[in-house]
Parts: sequence; structure tokens; C-alpha cells
Amino acid sequence: MTTSKLNDFVIKLANVNGTGSASANGMLMKSIFRMGIPVTGKNFFPSNIQGLPTWYEIRVSKDGYLCRSGKVDFMVAMNAETYNADLAEVDPGGYLMYDSTWPRKDMSDRSDVTVLGIPLSAMCNEAFESARAKVLMKNVAYVGALVALLDIDMSMVENLLKETFSTKPNLADANMQAIRMGFDYAMEHFDCPLPLKLAPMDSTVGHVIVDGNTTAGLGAVYAGATVTSWYPITPSTSLIDAFSLFCQQLRKDSDTGENNYCVIQAEDELSAIGMVLGANWNGARAFTATSGPGISLMSEFLGLAYYAEIPAVLYDVQRVSPSTGMPTRTQQCDIVSAAYASHGDTKHVLLFPADPTDCFHMSQVAFDLAERLQTPVIVLTDLDIGMNDWMIPEIEWDDSYQPDRGKVYDAKQLKDMDAFYRYLDVDGDAIPWRTLPGVDAKGAYFVRGSGHNKFGGYTEKSDEYKDVVDRLRRKFDTAATLVPAPVLNIDDSKPREKSFALVSIGSCDAAIREARDRMQQDGQGNLDYMRIQAFPFNNDVADFIARYEQVFIIEQNRDAQLRQLLTVELSIDPNRLVPLLSYDGMPVSSHFIVEGVSKLMKQGHAA
Amino acid sequence: MSFLKKPSISHPGLPKNDIGLTIRDYEGAMSTLCAGCGHDSISSAIMQAYYELSVEPHRVAKVSGIGCSSKTPTYFLGGAHGFNSVHGRMPSIATGANAANRELNYIGVSGDGDSLSIGLGQFGHAIRRNINMMYLIENNGVYGLTKGQFSASADRGSTAKKGDANPYSPIDPVMLAISLGCTFVGRGFSGDKEHLVPMLKAAIRHNGFAFLDIISPCVTFNDHEGSTKSYAHTRANLRETVHADFTAHHEEIVAQIDPGEYKKITMHDGSRVGFQRVDESYDPTSRISALSYIEEHREKGEVVTGLLYFEESSSEMHSVLGSSQQAMATLPYKKLNPGAETLARIQSRWR
Repeated sequence: MTTSKLNDFVIKLANVNGTGSASANGMLMKSIFRMGIPVTGKNFFPSNIQGLPTWYEIRVSKDGYLCRSGKVDFMVAMNAETYNADLAEVDPGGYLMYDSTWPRKDMSDRSDVTVLGIPLSAMCNEAFESARAKVLMKNVAYVGALVALLDIDMSMVENLLKETFSTKPNLADANMQAIRMGFDYAMEHFDCPLPLKLAPMDSTVGHVIVDGNTTAGLGAVYAGATVTSWYPITPSTSLIDAFSLFCQQLRKDSDTGENNYCVIQAEDELSAIGMVLGANWNGARAFTATSGPGISLMSEFLGLAYYAEIPAVLYDVQRVSPSTGMPTRTQQCDIVSAAYASHGDTKHVLLFPADPTDCFHMSQVAFDLAERLQTPVIVLTDLDIGMNDWMIPEIEWDDSYQPDRGKVYDAKQLKDMDAFYRYLDVDGDAIPWRTLPGVDAKGAYFVRGSGHNKFGGYTEKSDEYKDVVDRLRRKFDTAATLVPAPVLNIDDSKPREKSFALVSIGSCDAAIREARDRMQQDGQGNLDYMRIQAFPFNNDVADFIARYEQVFIIEQNRDAQLRQLLTVELSIDPNRLVPLLSYDGMPVSSHFIVEGVSKLMKQGHAA
Repeated sequence: MSFLKKPSISHPGLPKNDIGLTIRDYEGAMSTLCAGCGHDSISSAIMQAYYELSVEPHRVAKVSGIGCSSKTPTYFLGGAHGFNSVHGRMPSIATGANAANRELNYIGVSGDGDSLSIGLGQFGHAIRRNINMMYLIENNGVYGLTKGQFSASADRGSTAKKGDANPYSPIDPVMLAISLGCTFVGRGFSGDKEHLVPMLKAAIRHNGFAFLDIISPCVTFNDHEGSTKSYAHTRANLRETVHADFTAHHEEIVAQIDPGEYKKITMHDGSRVGFQRVDESYDPTSRISALSYIEEHREKGEVVTGLLYFEESSSEMHSVLGSSQQAMATLPYKKLNPGAETLARIQSRWR
């Protein structure tokens, strides 16, 4: 029995970390993309530099689904250590390719999987001189075999090699030799192409392949950020790397040759957020990127920023917790800790991007909100969005965009006024006016995390203290009207499910979109779906939930943190909010959601 | 402390500096520290230094951490913005502020608890980055606001008010700063304003991280017999090594001093620091000489004061980073936005 599929299957590549498989796997994915077939790549890598198992999962989807399907049709098993588990993961009717140079005795076998052996090591040991090339070229050779087996357009591979090695033609030749070796072996020994194969489409026109950390870093450049400080932490480091690289390319002043940006690697996260606050206090757009452990360390300063009303933007690229957790696996586990980071009555604005497109655009939204509201804004992305390869429509930019710098008195306004007081609610929206250092002595005030009154002076008087913290609470009512509204996905073309609906955030979106389609196709119902984009919750959030008997809250953490926030902040009866949770560290699959939602609907109807 | 409001009228005959301001224009709010606190004398010296340098108060940014010393920026330069941050984290606020606006004049005020215990890491890294700022530790060897615990600068054997002797060896911020590569290091005494003011002026004008450790006795918790940070002990054991004077770039040196005892160094803006060597053997431009001299005298129980180490050719953070001369905070958005065409070009590489 073999699976017959066209442009709709999953290839998973099991490798050893540090053997150079990433570039070969990327080339494979990009070749498929350039054939016009929608494709995404997800990297399941260890917290290790060399030696531990690593996987790359390529989903080919003619319908453009970007999530994990939850199944594997073709396994490239290059790691003997994980061979048995890799074989077990293949869906019945699927294929497994392995390096037949080494015997597979003691290894399990499956009659429902077609096993293809190729002596990759033997071929490469013979063809290449250096020890490093022998290792690297094995990866390139299996790509060559896949070109034959899956009917990949060879010219796409050739072009990619030429582009990659444009300055090193020798390497391009060696790589092409390895591709040919794998290709020729497969053509000679197997019936190519397999029933699992590719055919050109035109569905990737106007699209790009990119990860969310890259688009977030670029988004910060377009938002006008000039200062960043961070402490290296997986999986956020590549966001700062992207920002730095784009600044080197785009922010060297054409007149002076000087850098119109400042990137500072801090000694720890406490210092990183301190620098961000110092810079924002002084009028620059400054940000940091971190992950859960960093948010813990930044919490003290976040409380100061909330209370003293200093803008700041943080990207929290979430990874598996608690504690150090699994640093290279994904989760949405910092929702509660980010919302209330720091001691006391503290609250922060959160944004929930769903994909790299959102990471770009929400960067401008984050800086605009931070300066408009004079408070930290935390962009809660995750490892799946941040480090995996997503296919997205080309990002569009409106050149008329102007940053919203919020309420800042300039020198002239200060000269014209009798006196300036920092924390007065002049406009009735609970947002005070601020001034920047260096502008005018009349604007001078003292930022403090200690008790202060509405004039900015130190206080220990109860009524003066309450006056300020009550206004801060009202400021969050204003925030709820300014943050992005939820995205409502409602399909009126078919009868809709009336009793139940779906609510989710962030990177669950791709899997939910596919799951809704599958459930509709299978006659399991047409469910309305709301994707929340921000905290504090916009009024539309409560309105949506009120329409159904129960909503299923889909999120990627153990303790249903989004549900906690909804329950506490909107005073919704918890019985109406039913959690569906995926928290094993893998990006949630559409399969998981279809199964989970079907079960919850049956339980709900029975109740 | 006093709850009386300061009168806002000043004597018309008060002398004015080059920008037409009197010393009153450099004052801040009324101090809430204990009467006789060394910190108030330092605040007064700070006002004097900025006044004499004719710095516009609003072009100064004051930053501090938490503690008695960190409260003091409220008590001087009321026309300057201030940032009273969290405990031990002032250096990061200063670094970020400086990154955003290199055009302002930065003064950081900290204490021995704030910089040598909870904030030791940030203190060291601000030195390492050579942030262009003046950084003061108002050093009294004791935690005042929490009522008299030893700090990390307390000498071994120094006794607390209730009599317990400190069993740990101290962290000397001057030794630490010199060994970390700080480009301007001095030690002063709050009770000696005459020597403190010129040292502050030179520190303000230094192009890089200028650090001053200022012994500032705590009259409430650490001014008793047995304390090595009391007024009496400090006065008795002070060893002034290099007396610095300071001449702004447009002033003439009038005083005639024996050139054998006097050394002039021109600073980046043309100002000059004069070193009047009280101890002839001392070389304030040699790190090794400074360290061994301080250590030798420490063993004798002496507190070495003066401008102890100075390195004029220092590269502050922005020159290392190649930052624009114009402050990041004032760069117009059109200089920061790469535009739609560039975005399309970038994305063509993502196919």
C-alpha cells in the first residue's frame, strides 16, 4: 500500500545537529516554493550546538495551509539514533529514505511503509576529499534523490545553488555534483517519481518565505526604532540580529556615514530593559527582545515603567516553560506573566501576532501604542512564528505612515504655559502629557517609582496616591479602545453553528483556519472563530463571546492562560469558556484541533 | 530636615555666571535628609560645579537608583529632568538615556549599597562601555533607610552603631573602577568642598565615564567611634594625593604654581585639568602606579583622595558604536524610514 498524493503531503527530515542539514533542507523547501506550490518549513531543533537530533518538517499544501497537519508522509531518516521513532511516525502508506551505507540490523521494520535505502555516505566518501565535505554533501545528495523521487524541478535547485554560491563557484559545482549523485542513484534504483509527487502551480506569486523574527526586526526599523538593547536568549536572538543587520544596510546616514541606530548588547535582561526605559524617557523609540525567563528578570523595571508611565516595546518570543523549560520548543505560556508582570497592581498592553506579517505590522502598532499610552507594550510572539519559515503575502508598506509620538509638549508649548505638571489628566482620556529632557527647564520633572501625586511630586498621602493609580486604571479603559480589535472569522455562506464558537490567539491561527475548513467539509459544523489581537480586551471580545452558549478557548499552554485573563478581566462565567490546550512544545496541528473541537462539541451537546 | 519652603526670591547682588544665572538657579527642592548628612554637602558642591561651568540646567539629565544618595538629585538642579530608577539599576537607565541623546550632560548619583551590592554588575558594565557621564558614589559604608546595616564598602572591623564589627573585607570602588578600565577615577570627601568642586568640574567635562567615590558620613548610623566612615576618622586619615584644579577652555590660568609640582592636561573640549601633586611620587596617568599607591596606603589605614587616575584619550560608547552626532531622539522619521521601494527590494531576497 502506498500513498498517492499530489502537492499535498509532509516531508520530515531527521538529522544530527551541526551537520549542515539546515541549508540543504532550506534549499529543498525553496525549490518547492519556486515551483509555485505553497509550502512551509518548521524546525524542531535541540538546545545544543552539535550532536543532538534535529528535525525539519516541510509541509507542501496546494490549498495553502501553513500549520502542521500532524502527519508525516515522507521521512528522510539521516539519524540512526532516532531511526526507530522516525519510522514509527510515518503515516501508513508513507515512505522512508535512509542512508543504506550502514546496516539497519536491530532496527524495526514496517510493512506499511516503503523504505528506500541510498548509500549516501559511501557515495560522498568516495566523491569528496575533505572530512567536512563528506558530511555536508550527504545532505545535498539526499536533496538530489528527492528531486528525482518527488519530481522537483531541477532548474529550481540549480538556480538556488548558483545564487547561494554566487561568489564561490567551486562550492556551487561541488553541491551540484552531490545533487546529481543522489538524483542519478534514485532514478536508477527506484520508480521515479513516486505516487507522492509535485507538479508546478502558480500559487506562490506575490508571496515570500520568511520567519517572524526577521519581519519583527524589520518592522521595528520601519517603526523608526533607533535604540535596542537585549541579552541573548533563544528564541529571540535572531530578532535583534535581523534588526542589526537591516540597520547596517539601511540606517547608515548617506550624508555623514554615521549610524542612525544604536544596538547595545546588555549584560543581562535587567540592564536591557533599563536601557530601553532610559532611551524612551529621552525620546527615542527603543525596544528589547527576550523570552519568558527574560520577562521574569525585567519585571521590576516593567512595574516602574507602568507606574512612572514610560513607553517601551518588548518582543517576547515565547518558548516552553516553566523555568528554563525547553528553550527550542514553542508555547504560548507567558500570557499571564506578561499581562501582570511586576509586583502590585500592574498591568501591561499585549499584542498577539499570528504570523510574520503581523510581526511586521504590529511593530509599528506597538511603538505607536507605547508612546500614545506612555506604557510598555509587549508583543507576544512565539518560537513557531519567530523561527520557522512561513509563506506569507509580500508585506506592503504605506509610505504615508507617520509615527504617533503621543502627547509630548515641545519647547514652544512649554514656553507658552504657566507651569507643567506631569500626571494631570488634561484631556479626560486618562493619558497625561509628558516632556523630554533637554528641551526646556519648565518641562523638568522627576521620574520616580515611589508614590507620586498628579503634579509629579513625591507623596505619601492616601488620596493623592489613589488619584494617580485610579487614573492609571482608567488609562487601560482608553487602551482597550485603541488596541487592534479582534479578527472575526464568520462564514455566512453556509449554515453556522449557533451554540459554539472558537476563540484563540497568535500562532494557533493557521491550524484553526485549516481545522474549520476540514470540519465544514466533513459536515461537523461551521464554527465562528474570533482571534484576539490584543490585551486589554476590546469591547468586541466580550460581545462575541456573549453570542454563544460556550466558546472553546484554544491556546498553547497547560493552564489556559488566555481563558484566565478572559475570566478575570471580563467577568465571564468560566463554565462558558472551555479550554482546548496543546502544550507539548510542538506547534499545534490542525489534526489536534479537529479532534479536540469535535470532542468538545459532543460533550457540549450532551450536557 | 525642614518642612519650610525655600524662598523663591534671591538677592539681586548675587554673582552671575557666563550665561547670566546665579547659584540659586542650580538649586533643587528642599532636602529631606538628616541634618548634617554628608550628601547635602555633595549636592551643594554639585550645584557649585555646574554653576561655575555655566551649564544650562535643562541640558543636564540626573539619574539615580534607590537609597539616601539616590534621593539627592531632587535637591539640586531643579531645572533638569531626573530619573529615580530602581535599586542598583541606574547605570542601565543612564546608558539608554545616553544612547538616545548624546548631547545632554549626565550625572548619576548612587550609593555604596546601590552600586557595590545590588548594582555591582551594572556599575562595572557602565564602566566597560565608557558611557559619557559623571558617576558619583556617595559612600557612607551603611544602609541608612533600612536603619544601619553594613554595606559592601564597610571596612573589616569597622563597628556598627550597636557595636558589632564587620567581618568582611570591603569592596573599594576606586580600585574596582581603575582595574575595570575606568578612564577617570577620583576620591573625595563631602567635608572638603574646596577640593571636591574642581574634581566635579573636571569629571563633568571628561569625555567618557568619570567616576568619583565621595566619602560621605552618615550622621545617624555611621558617625560613631569605631566607624571608619565617620567625619572624625575620615579627617584624621585622609591622604590627599593629587589635588586637581580645573580651567574651562576659555579661561586663563592665572595662578602661578611651581611647574615642578604641576602638570596640565588638556581635555577634549579644550578645558584643562591641572594636577597639583601633593605627593610627588604619584603618577595619576599610570594605572599600576595608582593601584599600588592606593593599596599601600590602605594598608596603613589611610584614605587616599584626589584625582587618582585620568586617561584623556578615551573612546566613549558612541564613538565605539559609530553613532550619529545628532541625538537618536531627534533624528527625523524620514531619515529612519527606508520606504516602500526598499521593502520590495528586501523581500525579493525572500523568494
